Amino acid sequence: MSTLVNLAYLAAAALFIIGIKRMNSPATARAGNRLSAVGMLIAIVATLASARILSPWMIAGGLALGTVLGILLAVRVQMTQMPEMVAALNGLGGAASALVAWAEVSRYTAAQAEGFAGSAFARHGLAALDGRLVITITLSVLIGAVTFSGSFVAFGKLNGKISGNPVSFPGMRLVTSLLALVAVAAVAFPLVMLGDSGFDAGPLAVSTLVLGVVALVLGVLLVIPIGGADMPVVVSLLNSYSGLAAAATGFVLENQALIVSGALVGASGIILSKIMCDAMNRSLLNVLVGGFGGGAAEGGARSAAGLTVRTVTPDDAAVLLAYAGQVVVVPGYGLAVAQAQHVIRELVDLVQARGVRVKYAIHPVAGRMPGHMNVLLAEANVPYDQLFEMDEINDEFERTDAVLVIGANDVVNPAARTDPSSPIYGMPILNVDRARNVIVLKRSMAAGYSGVENELFYLPRTGMLFGDARKSLERLVQEIKAL
Amino acid sequence: MVVTLLVVFVLASFVGVEIISKVPQTLHTPLMSGSNAVSGITVVGAIAATGMVDSPVAQWLGFVALVLATINVVGGYLVTDRMLQMFKKREPAKQGDTRAGDGR
Repeated sequence: MSTLVNLAYLAAAALFIIGIKRMNSPATARAGNRLSAVGMLIAIVATLASARILSPWMIAGGLALGTVLGILLAVRVQMTQMPEMVAALNGLGGAASALVAWAEVSRYTAAQAEGFAGSAFARHGLAALDGRLVITITLSVLIGAVTFSGSFVAFGKLNGKISGNPVSFPGMRLVTSLLALVAVAAVAFPLVMLGDSGFDAGPLAVSTLVLGVVALVLGVLLVIPIGGADMPVVVSLLNSYSGLAAAATGFVLENQALIVSGALVGASGIILSKIMCDAMNRSLLNVLVGGFGGGAAEGGARSAAGLTVRTVTPDDAAVLLAYAGQVVVVPGYGLAVAQAQHVIRELVDLVQARGVRVKYAIHPVAGRMPGHMNVLLAEANVPYDQLFEMDEINDEFERTDAVLVIGANDVVNPAARTDPSSPIYGMPILNVDRARNVIVLKRSMAAGYSGVENELFYLPRTGMLFGDARKSLERLVQEIKAL
Repeated sequence: MVVTLLVVFVLASFVGVEIISKVPQTLHTPLMSGSNAVSGITVVGAIAATGMVDSPVAQWLGFVALVLATINVVGGYLVTDRMLQMFKKREPAKQGDTRAGDGR
Protein backbone atom coordinates (compact mmCIF):
# COMPACT_ATOMS: atom_id res chain seq x y z
CA MET A 1 0.00 0.00 0.00
CA SER A 2 2.55 2.52 1.10
CA THR A 3 4.81 1.41 -1.74
CA LEU A 4 2.06 2.19 -4.22
CA VAL A 5 1.51 5.61 -2.72
CA ASN A 6 5.21 6.37 -2.81
CA LEU A 7 5.35 5.30 -6.45
CA ALA A 8 2.48 7.67 -7.15
CA TYR A 9 4.44 10.46 -5.43
CA LEU A 10 7.46 9.58 -7.54
CA ALA A 11 5.33 9.84 -10.69
CA ALA A 12 4.03 13.21 -9.51
CA ALA A 13 7.55 14.49 -8.87
CA ALA A 14 8.69 13.32 -12.29
CA LEU A 15 5.75 15.13 -13.89
CA PHE A 16 6.61 18.34 -12.00
CA ILE A 17 10.17 18.15 -13.30
CA ILE A 18 9.20 17.41 -16.90
CA GLY A 19 6.51 20.08 -16.69
CA ILE A 20 8.87 22.81 -15.51
CA LYS A 21 11.46 21.67 -18.03
CA ARG A 22 8.96 22.10 -20.85
CA MET A 23 8.54 25.70 -19.79
CA ASN A 24 11.82 26.51 -21.50
CA SER A 25 10.04 27.25 -24.76
CA PRO A 26 6.77 29.08 -25.42
CA ALA A 27 5.79 26.29 -27.81
CA THR A 28 5.80 23.55 -25.16
CA ALA A 29 5.15 25.60 -22.03
CA ARG A 30 1.41 25.18 -21.90
CA ALA A 31 1.58 21.41 -22.24
CA GLY A 32 4.28 21.44 -19.57
CA ASN A 33 2.10 23.31 -17.13
CA ARG A 34 -0.69 20.81 -17.71
CA LEU A 35 1.66 17.88 -17.10
CA SER A 36 2.62 19.48 -13.82
CA ALA A 37 -1.07 19.86 -12.92
CA VAL A 38 -1.64 16.18 -13.69
CA GLY A 39 1.23 15.38 -11.34
CA MET A 40 -0.48 17.38 -8.61
CA LEU A 41 -3.74 15.54 -9.21
CA ILE A 42 -1.95 12.19 -8.91
CA ALA A 43 -0.34 13.26 -5.63
CA ILE A 44 -3.69 14.40 -4.20
CA VAL A 45 -5.55 11.27 -5.27
CA ALA A 46 -2.80 9.03 -3.86
CA THR A 47 -2.99 10.88 -0.55
CA LEU A 48 -6.76 10.65 -0.42
CA ALA A 49 -6.55 6.94 -1.08
CA SER A 50 -3.92 6.30 1.56
CA ALA A 51 -4.39 8.68 4.48
CA ARG A 52 -6.30 7.56 7.54
CA ILE A 53 -9.33 9.56 6.58
CA LEU A 54 -12.02 9.63 9.18
CA SER A 55 -13.65 12.85 8.09
CA PRO A 56 -14.33 12.53 4.36
CA TRP A 57 -16.89 15.33 4.25
CA MET A 58 -14.58 17.86 5.74
CA ILE A 59 -11.90 16.98 3.22
CA ALA A 60 -14.31 17.02 0.30
CA GLY A 61 -15.65 20.37 1.53
CA GLY A 62 -12.17 21.86 1.86
CA LEU A 63 -11.12 20.71 -1.58
CA ALA A 64 -14.37 21.95 -3.14
CA LEU A 65 -14.23 25.34 -1.43
CA GLY A 66 -10.58 25.84 -2.37
CA THR A 67 -11.24 24.81 -5.96
CA VAL A 68 -14.16 27.20 -6.39
CA LEU A 69 -12.24 30.10 -4.86
CA GLY A 70 -9.17 29.24 -6.92
CA ILE A 71 -11.14 29.19 -10.16
CA LEU A 72 -12.89 32.46 -9.33
CA LEU A 73 -9.59 34.18 -8.60
CA ALA A 74 -7.87 32.80 -11.68
CA VAL A 75 -10.66 33.69 -14.07
CA ARG A 76 -11.23 37.18 -12.76
CA VAL A 77 -7.67 38.42 -12.46
CA GLN A 78 -6.47 40.70 -15.23
CA MET A 79 -3.20 40.13 -17.01
CA THR A 80 -1.84 43.40 -15.67
CA GLN A 81 -2.42 42.12 -12.13
CA MET A 82 -0.48 38.90 -12.59
CA PRO A 83 2.45 39.88 -10.36
CA GLU A 84 0.26 40.57 -7.35
CA MET A 85 -1.80 37.46 -8.05
CA VAL A 86 1.32 35.32 -7.88
CA ALA A 87 2.32 37.06 -4.65
CA ALA A 88 -1.08 36.42 -3.07
CA LEU A 89 -1.24 32.75 -4.08
CA ASN A 90 2.26 32.31 -2.80
CA GLY A 91 1.24 33.78 0.56
CA LEU A 92 -1.60 31.27 0.83
CA GLY A 93 0.81 28.40 0.18
CA GLY A 94 3.07 29.64 2.96
CA ALA A 95 0.14 29.97 5.36
CA ALA A 96 -0.96 26.42 4.55
CA SER A 97 2.47 25.04 5.46
CA ALA A 98 2.48 26.87 8.78
CA LEU A 99 -1.06 25.68 9.56
CA VAL A 100 -0.19 22.05 8.83
CA ALA A 101 2.70 22.32 11.27
CA TRP A 102 0.42 23.86 13.90
CA ALA A 103 -2.08 21.07 13.34
CA GLU A 104 0.67 18.56 14.06
CA VAL A 105 1.55 20.40 17.28
CA SER A 106 -2.04 20.45 18.43
CA ARG A 107 -2.29 16.71 17.91
CA TYR A 108 0.53 16.32 20.37
CA THR A 109 -0.97 18.69 22.91
CA ALA A 110 -4.38 17.03 22.57
CA ALA A 111 -2.86 13.59 23.15
CA GLN A 112 -0.89 14.86 26.11
CA ALA A 113 -4.05 16.23 27.71
CA GLU A 114 -5.19 12.66 28.14
CA GLY A 115 -2.48 11.86 30.61
CA PHE A 116 1.02 10.55 30.50
CA ALA A 117 2.34 11.82 27.22
CA GLY A 118 4.47 8.90 26.13
CA SER A 119 1.75 6.27 26.07
CA ALA A 120 -0.86 8.80 24.84
CA PHE A 121 1.33 9.69 21.88
CA ALA A 122 1.70 6.04 21.03
CA ARG A 123 -2.05 5.46 21.33
CA HIS A 124 -2.62 8.19 18.74
CA GLY A 125 0.05 6.89 16.41
CA LEU A 126 2.33 9.81 17.17
CA ALA A 127 6.08 9.39 17.19
CA ALA A 128 7.99 10.52 20.26
CA LEU A 129 9.02 14.14 19.97
CA ASP A 130 12.62 14.10 18.84
CA GLY A 131 15.00 16.73 17.56
CA ARG A 132 14.04 16.13 13.93
CA LEU A 133 10.35 16.74 14.61
CA VAL A 134 10.96 19.81 16.72
CA ILE A 135 13.29 21.41 14.18
CA THR A 136 11.12 20.67 11.16
CA ILE A 137 7.88 21.76 12.84
CA THR A 138 9.36 25.03 14.05
CA LEU A 139 10.95 25.69 10.66
CA SER A 140 7.65 25.02 8.91
CA VAL A 141 5.91 27.58 11.10
CA LEU A 142 8.72 30.12 10.78
CA ILE A 143 9.17 29.94 7.01
CA GLY A 144 5.48 29.52 6.30
CA ALA A 145 4.43 32.54 8.35
CA VAL A 146 7.22 34.76 6.98
CA THR A 147 6.16 33.75 3.47
CA PHE A 148 2.54 34.56 4.27
CA SER A 149 2.97 38.06 5.67
CA GLY A 150 5.86 38.93 3.35
CA SER A 151 3.88 37.90 0.28
CA PHE A 152 0.90 39.99 1.28
CA VAL A 153 3.08 43.05 1.85
CA ALA A 154 4.52 42.46 -1.65
CA PHE A 155 0.94 42.07 -2.89
CA GLY A 156 0.03 45.44 -1.36
CA LYS A 157 3.08 47.13 -2.81
CA LEU A 158 2.42 45.71 -6.26
CA ASN A 159 -1.17 46.85 -6.44
CA GLY A 160 -0.48 50.18 -4.80
CA LYS A 161 -2.37 49.62 -1.53
CA ILE A 162 0.94 50.01 0.30
CA SER A 163 3.43 52.69 -0.71
CA GLY A 164 5.88 51.43 -3.28
CA ASN A 165 8.58 53.53 -1.68
CA PRO A 166 10.90 51.85 0.76
CA VAL A 167 9.27 52.27 4.18
CA SER A 168 11.39 52.34 7.29
CA PHE A 169 11.51 53.83 10.75
CA PRO A 170 14.39 54.62 13.07
CA GLY A 171 15.74 51.50 14.67
CA MET A 172 14.00 49.19 12.23
CA ARG A 173 17.13 47.14 11.56
CA LEU A 174 17.55 46.72 15.31
CA VAL A 175 13.95 45.55 15.76
CA THR A 176 14.34 43.12 12.86
CA SER A 177 17.56 41.72 14.32
CA LEU A 178 16.00 41.37 17.78
CA LEU A 179 13.00 39.55 16.34
CA ALA A 180 15.30 37.25 14.41
CA LEU A 181 17.06 36.45 17.69
CA VAL A 182 13.72 35.73 19.36
CA ALA A 183 12.91 33.40 16.47
CA VAL A 184 16.17 31.51 16.92
CA ALA A 185 15.49 31.25 20.65
CA ALA A 186 11.97 29.97 19.95
CA VAL A 187 13.40 27.22 17.76
CA ALA A 188 16.04 26.35 20.36
CA PHE A 189 13.75 26.41 23.41
CA PRO A 190 11.81 23.17 22.78
CA LEU A 191 15.05 21.49 21.68
CA VAL A 192 16.68 22.31 24.99
CA MET A 193 13.58 21.32 26.96
CA LEU A 194 13.39 18.05 25.06
CA GLY A 195 15.91 16.29 27.25
CA ASP A 196 15.87 12.67 26.31
CA SER A 197 12.33 11.80 27.24
CA GLY A 198 10.71 13.43 24.23
CA PHE A 199 7.37 13.30 25.94
CA ASP A 200 6.42 16.88 26.61
CA ALA A 201 4.71 18.85 23.88
CA GLY A 202 4.23 21.94 26.09
CA PRO A 203 7.45 23.79 25.17
CA LEU A 204 6.86 23.06 21.49
CA ALA A 205 3.33 24.50 21.66
CA VAL A 206 4.59 27.68 23.33
CA SER A 207 7.47 27.96 20.90
CA THR A 208 5.35 27.59 17.77
CA LEU A 209 2.85 30.17 19.00
CA VAL A 210 5.60 32.71 19.69
CA LEU A 211 7.28 31.82 16.42
CA GLY A 212 4.07 32.34 14.49
CA VAL A 213 3.61 35.87 15.79
CA VAL A 214 7.29 36.78 15.46
CA ALA A 215 7.46 35.37 11.94
CA LEU A 216 4.40 37.32 10.80
CA VAL A 217 5.98 40.57 11.99
CA LEU A 218 9.34 39.57 10.52
CA GLY A 219 7.78 38.96 7.12
CA VAL A 220 6.39 42.49 7.12
CA LEU A 221 9.62 44.08 8.35
CA LEU A 222 11.72 42.21 5.79
CA VAL A 223 9.66 43.24 2.78
CA ILE A 224 8.43 46.71 3.64
CA PRO A 225 11.84 48.47 3.37
CA ILE A 226 12.29 47.18 -0.18
CA GLY A 227 11.23 49.44 -3.03
CA GLY A 228 8.34 48.50 -5.27
CA ALA A 229 10.62 48.16 -8.28
CA ASP A 230 12.39 45.29 -6.58
CA MET A 231 9.20 43.40 -5.74
CA PRO A 232 9.68 40.86 -8.56
CA VAL A 233 12.89 39.69 -6.94
CA VAL A 234 11.12 39.57 -3.58
CA VAL A 235 8.15 37.61 -4.93
CA SER A 236 10.50 35.14 -6.55
CA LEU A 237 12.44 34.76 -3.32
CA LEU A 238 9.25 34.33 -1.30
CA ASN A 239 8.20 31.72 -3.82
CA SER A 240 11.41 29.96 -2.98
CA TYR A 241 10.55 30.21 0.74
CA SER A 242 7.12 28.73 0.19
CA GLY A 243 8.86 25.78 -1.48
CA LEU A 244 11.20 25.45 1.48
CA ALA A 245 8.23 25.65 3.85
CA ALA A 246 6.58 22.81 1.93
CA ALA A 247 9.81 20.81 2.11
CA ALA A 248 10.04 21.42 5.87
CA THR A 249 6.46 20.19 6.24
CA GLY A 250 7.53 17.16 4.21
CA PHE A 251 10.24 16.43 6.78
CA VAL A 252 7.63 16.72 9.56
CA LEU A 253 5.29 14.25 7.86
CA GLU A 254 8.09 12.16 6.33
CA ASN A 255 6.43 12.71 2.98
CA GLN A 256 8.73 12.53 -0.03
CA ALA A 257 6.29 14.21 -2.42
CA LEU A 258 6.40 17.35 -0.30
CA ILE A 259 10.17 17.23 0.01
CA VAL A 260 10.87 16.79 -3.70
CA SER A 261 8.40 19.44 -4.84
CA GLY A 262 9.43 21.82 -2.10
CA ALA A 263 13.10 21.46 -2.99
CA LEU A 264 12.34 22.00 -6.69
CA VAL A 265 10.45 25.21 -6.00
CA GLY A 266 12.95 26.33 -3.38
CA ALA A 267 15.90 25.96 -5.72
CA SER A 268 14.14 27.39 -8.74
CA GLY A 269 12.97 30.47 -6.84
CA ILE A 270 16.47 31.25 -5.66
CA ILE A 271 17.95 30.80 -9.13
CA LEU A 272 15.26 32.96 -10.66
CA SER A 273 15.90 35.71 -8.10
CA LYS A 274 19.57 35.55 -8.94
CA ILE A 275 18.90 35.78 -12.67
CA MET A 276 16.79 38.89 -12.04
CA CYS A 277 19.41 40.50 -9.83
CA ASP A 278 22.06 39.85 -12.49
CA ALA A 279 19.82 41.63 -14.99
CA MET A 280 19.91 44.71 -12.76
CA ASN A 281 23.59 44.31 -12.03
CA ARG A 282 22.94 44.18 -8.30
CA SER A 283 23.50 41.51 -5.73
CA LEU A 284 20.65 39.74 -4.01
CA LEU A 285 21.87 41.13 -0.71
CA ASN A 286 21.81 44.65 -2.11
CA VAL A 287 18.17 44.18 -3.08
CA LEU A 288 17.17 42.68 0.26
CA VAL A 289 18.89 45.28 2.38
CA GLY A 290 16.65 47.68 0.54
CA GLY A 291 16.56 51.44 0.57
CA PHE A 292 17.03 51.59 -3.20
CA GLY A 293 15.18 54.65 -4.44
CA GLY A 294 15.02 56.40 -1.07
CA GLY A 295 18.37 58.15 -0.93
CA ALA A 296 18.57 58.73 -4.64
CA ALA A 297 18.10 62.48 -4.54
CA GLU A 298 21.71 63.70 -4.71
CA GLY A 299 22.62 61.58 -7.70
CA GLY A 300 19.79 62.67 -9.90
CA ALA A 301 19.02 66.26 -8.94
CA ARG A 302 21.92 67.45 -11.05
CA SER A 303 20.42 66.77 -14.44
CA ALA A 304 17.08 68.42 -13.76
CA ALA A 305 18.36 71.93 -13.19
CA GLY A 306 18.40 74.33 -16.11
CA LEU A 307 17.34 71.81 -18.71
CA THR A 308 14.19 72.02 -20.70
CA VAL A 309 11.94 69.33 -21.95
CA ARG A 310 10.64 69.35 -25.49
CA THR A 311 7.06 68.22 -25.91
CA VAL A 312 5.85 66.75 -29.15
CA THR A 313 2.35 66.90 -30.56
CA PRO A 314 0.55 63.69 -31.52
CA ASP A 315 0.51 64.63 -35.22
CA ASP A 316 4.28 65.23 -35.26
CA ALA A 317 4.86 61.94 -33.47
CA ALA A 318 2.56 60.17 -35.92
CA VAL A 319 4.56 61.47 -38.89
CA LEU A 320 7.81 60.38 -37.26
CA LEU A 321 6.51 56.87 -36.78
CA ALA A 322 4.72 56.48 -40.08
CA TYR A 323 7.68 57.55 -42.24
CA ALA A 324 10.42 55.77 -40.31
CA GLY A 325 12.44 52.88 -41.70
CA GLN A 326 12.64 51.12 -38.37
CA VAL A 327 10.74 51.78 -35.16
CA VAL A 328 11.53 50.20 -31.81
CA VAL A 329 8.85 50.11 -29.12
CA VAL A 330 10.06 50.08 -25.52
CA PRO A 331 7.21 49.15 -23.19
CA GLY A 332 7.37 49.67 -19.44
CA TYR A 333 5.16 49.57 -16.41
CA GLY A 334 3.17 52.56 -17.70
CA LEU A 335 1.88 50.33 -20.48
CA ALA A 336 0.55 47.89 -17.92
CA VAL A 337 -0.99 50.58 -15.72
CA ALA A 338 -2.78 52.18 -18.66
CA GLN A 339 -3.82 48.76 -20.05
CA ALA A 340 -2.45 49.97 -23.35
CA GLN A 341 -1.27 46.63 -24.76
CA HIS A 342 -4.10 46.35 -27.30
CA VAL A 343 -3.76 49.92 -28.56
CA ILE A 344 -0.02 49.62 -29.07
CA ARG A 345 -0.64 46.53 -31.13
CA GLU A 346 -3.17 48.42 -33.24
CA LEU A 347 -0.69 51.25 -33.70
CA VAL A 348 2.09 48.86 -34.67
CA ASP A 349 -0.17 47.08 -37.15
CA LEU A 350 -0.98 50.39 -38.82
CA VAL A 351 2.65 51.40 -39.04
CA GLN A 352 3.70 47.98 -40.30
CA ALA A 353 1.07 48.19 -43.01
CA ARG A 354 2.92 51.25 -44.25
CA GLY A 355 6.09 49.21 -44.59
CA VAL A 356 7.84 50.24 -41.40
CA ARG A 357 9.91 47.62 -39.57
CA VAL A 358 8.78 47.44 -35.95
CA LYS A 359 10.48 45.65 -33.10
CA TYR A 360 9.71 45.55 -29.41
CA ALA A 361 12.65 45.89 -27.04
CA ILE A 362 12.05 44.15 -23.73
CA HIS A 363 14.29 45.02 -20.81
CA PRO A 364 14.74 42.14 -18.37
CA VAL A 365 13.13 44.08 -15.52
CA ALA A 366 10.60 46.12 -17.49
CA GLY A 367 7.29 46.13 -15.68
CA ARG A 368 6.90 44.69 -12.24
CA MET A 369 8.03 41.19 -13.00
CA PRO A 370 10.44 39.62 -15.46
CA GLY A 371 8.48 38.68 -18.53
CA HIS A 372 5.60 40.92 -17.43
CA MET A 373 5.71 42.81 -20.73
CA ASN A 374 5.89 39.58 -22.71
CA VAL A 375 2.71 38.35 -21.05
CA LEU A 376 0.87 41.61 -21.69
CA LEU A 377 1.92 41.85 -25.32
CA ALA A 378 1.10 38.20 -25.83
CA GLU A 379 -2.37 38.95 -24.49
CA ALA A 380 -2.71 41.55 -27.24
CA ASN A 381 -1.64 38.93 -29.79
CA VAL A 382 1.74 40.42 -30.51
CA PRO A 383 3.75 37.56 -32.02
CA TYR A 384 6.63 36.74 -29.74
CA ASP A 385 9.15 36.78 -32.57
CA GLN A 386 8.71 40.56 -32.71
CA LEU A 387 9.93 40.84 -29.14
CA PHE A 388 13.67 41.24 -28.64
CA GLU A 389 15.67 40.98 -25.49
CA MET A 390 18.07 43.71 -24.48
CA ASP A 391 21.24 42.08 -25.78
CA GLU A 392 19.65 41.24 -29.11
CA ILE A 393 18.50 44.75 -29.85
CA ASN A 394 20.90 47.12 -28.13
CA ASP A 395 23.19 47.49 -31.15
CA GLU A 396 20.25 48.34 -33.37
CA PHE A 397 19.22 51.60 -31.77
CA GLU A 398 21.82 53.53 -33.76
CA ARG A 399 20.09 52.37 -36.94
CA THR A 400 16.61 53.11 -35.61
CA ASP A 401 14.70 56.16 -36.79
CA ALA A 402 12.23 56.40 -33.96
CA VAL A 403 11.93 54.81 -30.56
CA LEU A 404 8.59 54.85 -28.82
CA VAL A 405 9.08 54.62 -25.06
CA ILE A 406 5.80 53.79 -23.32
CA GLY A 407 5.84 54.33 -19.58
CA ALA A 408 9.39 53.09 -19.13
CA ASN A 409 11.93 55.14 -17.24
CA ASP A 410 14.84 53.66 -15.33
CA VAL A 411 15.49 50.97 -17.92
CA VAL A 412 16.23 53.64 -20.57
CA ASN A 413 18.14 56.07 -18.34
CA PRO A 414 21.59 56.73 -19.85
CA ALA A 415 22.87 57.72 -16.39
CA ALA A 416 23.20 54.00 -15.74
CA ARG A 417 25.97 54.04 -18.34
CA THR A 418 27.51 57.44 -17.82
CA ASP A 419 27.03 58.76 -14.29
CA PRO A 420 28.94 56.86 -11.59
CA SER A 421 27.17 58.88 -8.89
CA SER A 422 23.77 57.65 -9.98
CA PRO A 423 22.19 54.93 -7.82
CA ILE A 424 21.36 52.96 -10.94
CA TYR A 425 24.90 53.23 -12.33
CA GLY A 426 25.99 49.91 -13.78
CA MET A 427 22.50 48.59 -14.45
CA PRO A 428 22.33 47.37 -18.05
CA ILE A 429 19.92 49.57 -19.98
CA LEU A 430 18.38 49.82 -23.41
CA ASN A 431 20.47 52.31 -25.39
CA VAL A 432 17.47 54.30 -26.50
CA ASP A 433 19.44 57.56 -26.40
CA ARG A 434 21.43 56.41 -29.43
CA ALA A 435 18.41 56.36 -31.74
CA ARG A 436 17.74 59.24 -34.13
CA ASN A 437 14.45 60.21 -32.53
CA VAL A 438 12.84 59.27 -29.26
CA ILE A 439 9.20 59.72 -28.38
CA VAL A 440 8.43 59.24 -24.72
CA LEU A 441 4.86 58.64 -23.57
CA LYS A 442 4.66 59.51 -19.93
CA ARG A 443 2.09 60.77 -17.49
CA SER A 444 4.22 63.51 -15.97
CA MET A 445 7.82 64.39 -15.29
CA ALA A 446 7.81 62.34 -12.11
CA ALA A 447 10.90 60.21 -11.57
CA GLY A 448 10.88 56.45 -12.08
CA TYR A 449 10.68 53.82 -9.38
CA SER A 450 14.29 54.31 -8.44
CA GLY A 451 13.56 58.00 -7.89
CA VAL A 452 16.30 59.05 -10.31
CA GLU A 453 15.98 61.85 -12.85
CA ASN A 454 16.30 60.70 -16.45
CA GLU A 455 18.61 62.63 -18.79
CA LEU A 456 17.01 60.97 -21.76
CA PHE A 457 13.97 63.20 -21.39
CA TYR A 458 16.10 66.33 -21.78
CA LEU A 459 17.93 65.31 -24.95
CA PRO A 460 17.21 67.51 -27.99
CA ARG A 461 16.15 64.49 -30.01
CA THR A 462 13.62 63.41 -27.42
CA GLY A 463 10.02 64.53 -27.64
CA MET A 464 7.70 64.05 -24.68
CA LEU A 465 4.05 63.22 -25.16
CA PHE A 466 2.42 63.65 -21.76
CA GLY A 467 -0.76 61.90 -20.72
CA ASP A 468 -2.20 58.49 -20.02
CA ALA A 469 -0.39 55.99 -22.25
CA ARG A 470 -3.56 54.51 -23.68
CA LYS A 471 -5.12 57.87 -24.51
CA SER A 472 -1.89 59.07 -26.10
CA LEU A 473 -1.63 55.91 -28.18
CA GLU A 474 -5.25 56.21 -29.25
CA ARG A 475 -4.56 59.72 -30.50
CA LEU A 476 -1.48 58.49 -32.35
CA VAL A 477 -3.61 55.82 -34.00
CA GLN A 478 -6.12 58.45 -35.15
CA GLU A 479 -3.37 60.69 -36.47
CA ILE A 480 -1.72 57.88 -38.42
CA LYS A 481 -5.04 56.84 -39.90
CA ALA A 482 -5.55 60.45 -40.99
CA LEU A 483 -2.18 60.69 -42.75
CA MET B 1 15.13 7.79 7.39
CA VAL B 2 16.15 11.41 7.96
CA VAL B 3 19.28 10.89 5.88
CA THR B 4 17.29 9.40 3.01
CA LEU B 5 14.95 12.37 3.12
CA LEU B 6 17.89 14.77 3.14
CA VAL B 7 19.39 13.00 0.14
CA VAL B 8 16.10 13.38 -1.70
CA PHE B 9 15.94 17.05 -0.74
CA VAL B 10 19.45 17.87 -1.90
CA LEU B 11 19.18 15.98 -5.18
CA ALA B 12 15.82 17.58 -5.96
CA SER B 13 17.35 21.00 -5.30
CA PHE B 14 20.03 20.34 -7.90
CA VAL B 15 17.41 19.27 -10.40
CA GLY B 16 15.50 22.49 -9.67
CA VAL B 17 18.55 24.63 -10.35
CA GLU B 18 19.32 22.75 -13.55
CA ILE B 19 15.89 22.98 -15.15
CA ILE B 20 15.29 26.62 -14.24
CA SER B 21 18.58 27.90 -15.61
CA LYS B 22 17.40 27.12 -19.13
CA VAL B 23 14.07 28.94 -19.06
CA PRO B 24 14.06 32.11 -21.20
CA GLN B 25 13.24 35.44 -19.60
CA THR B 26 10.09 35.70 -21.72
CA LEU B 27 8.56 32.92 -19.68
CA HIS B 28 9.69 33.98 -16.22
CA THR B 29 6.30 35.23 -15.06
CA PRO B 30 4.43 32.04 -16.02
CA LEU B 31 7.33 30.05 -14.63
CA MET B 32 7.03 31.77 -11.28
CA SER B 33 3.33 31.19 -11.16
CA GLY B 34 3.70 27.59 -12.34
CA SER B 35 6.34 26.70 -9.77
CA ASN B 36 4.26 28.51 -7.20
CA ALA B 37 1.43 26.11 -7.99
CA VAL B 38 3.83 23.21 -7.40
CA SER B 39 4.56 24.55 -3.92
CA GLY B 40 0.86 24.09 -3.26
CA ILE B 41 1.83 20.44 -2.76
CA THR B 42 1.34 21.32 0.92
CA VAL B 43 -2.23 20.33 0.12
CA VAL B 44 -1.07 16.74 0.59
CA GLY B 45 -0.01 17.53 4.14
CA ALA B 46 -3.23 19.43 4.71
CA ILE B 47 -5.31 16.43 3.67
CA ALA B 48 -3.45 14.27 6.16
CA ALA B 49 -3.96 16.82 8.92
CA THR B 50 -7.67 17.27 8.19
CA GLY B 51 -8.09 13.51 8.37
CA MET B 52 -6.97 13.46 12.01
CA VAL B 53 -10.13 13.26 14.05
CA ASP B 54 -8.26 12.67 17.31
CA SER B 55 -7.87 16.42 17.76
CA PRO B 56 -10.59 18.82 16.64
CA VAL B 57 -8.18 21.72 16.75
CA ALA B 58 -5.76 19.91 14.44
CA GLN B 59 -8.64 19.06 12.19
CA TRP B 60 -9.81 22.64 11.79
CA LEU B 61 -6.29 23.93 11.32
CA GLY B 62 -5.90 21.26 8.67
CA PHE B 63 -9.17 22.30 7.08
CA VAL B 64 -8.10 25.93 6.73
CA ALA B 65 -4.74 24.77 5.37
CA LEU B 66 -6.57 22.54 2.91
CA VAL B 67 -8.69 25.41 1.57
CA LEU B 68 -5.70 27.76 1.26
CA ALA B 69 -3.45 25.17 -0.38
CA THR B 70 -6.20 24.16 -2.81
CA ILE B 71 -6.65 27.81 -3.83
CA ASN B 72 -2.90 27.97 -4.36
CA VAL B 73 -2.90 24.84 -6.51
CA VAL B 74 -6.03 25.45 -8.58
CA GLY B 75 -5.54 29.20 -8.93
CA GLY B 76 -1.85 28.78 -9.69
CA TYR B 77 -2.27 26.26 -12.49
CA LEU B 78 -5.24 28.05 -14.05
CA VAL B 79 -3.56 31.44 -14.04
CA THR B 80 -0.41 29.95 -15.53
CA ASP B 81 -2.46 28.27 -18.21
CA ARG B 82 -4.22 31.56 -19.01
CA MET B 83 -0.88 33.27 -19.44
CA LEU B 84 0.69 30.54 -21.54
CA GLN B 85 -2.33 30.26 -23.76
CA MET B 86 -1.48 33.73 -25.05
CA PHE B 87 2.01 32.91 -26.22
CA LYS B 88 1.40 32.26 -29.87
CA LYS B 89 3.54 32.35 -32.93
CA ARG B 90 2.67 34.92 -35.56
CA GLU B 91 -0.56 33.93 -37.30
CA PRO B 92 0.33 32.69 -40.81
CA ALA B 93 -1.75 35.22 -42.77
CA LYS B 94 -0.31 38.44 -41.47
CA GLN B 95 0.39 41.38 -43.68
CA GLY B 96 3.61 43.15 -44.43
CA ASP B 97 7.26 42.30 -44.40
CA THR B 98 8.14 42.82 -40.78
CA ARG B 99 10.37 39.83 -40.61
CA ALA B 100 13.62 41.68 -41.19
CA GLY B 101 14.92 40.77 -37.74
CA ASP B 102 15.45 37.05 -37.92
CA GLY B 103 13.93 36.55 -34.50
CA ARG B 104 15.15 33.72 -32.41
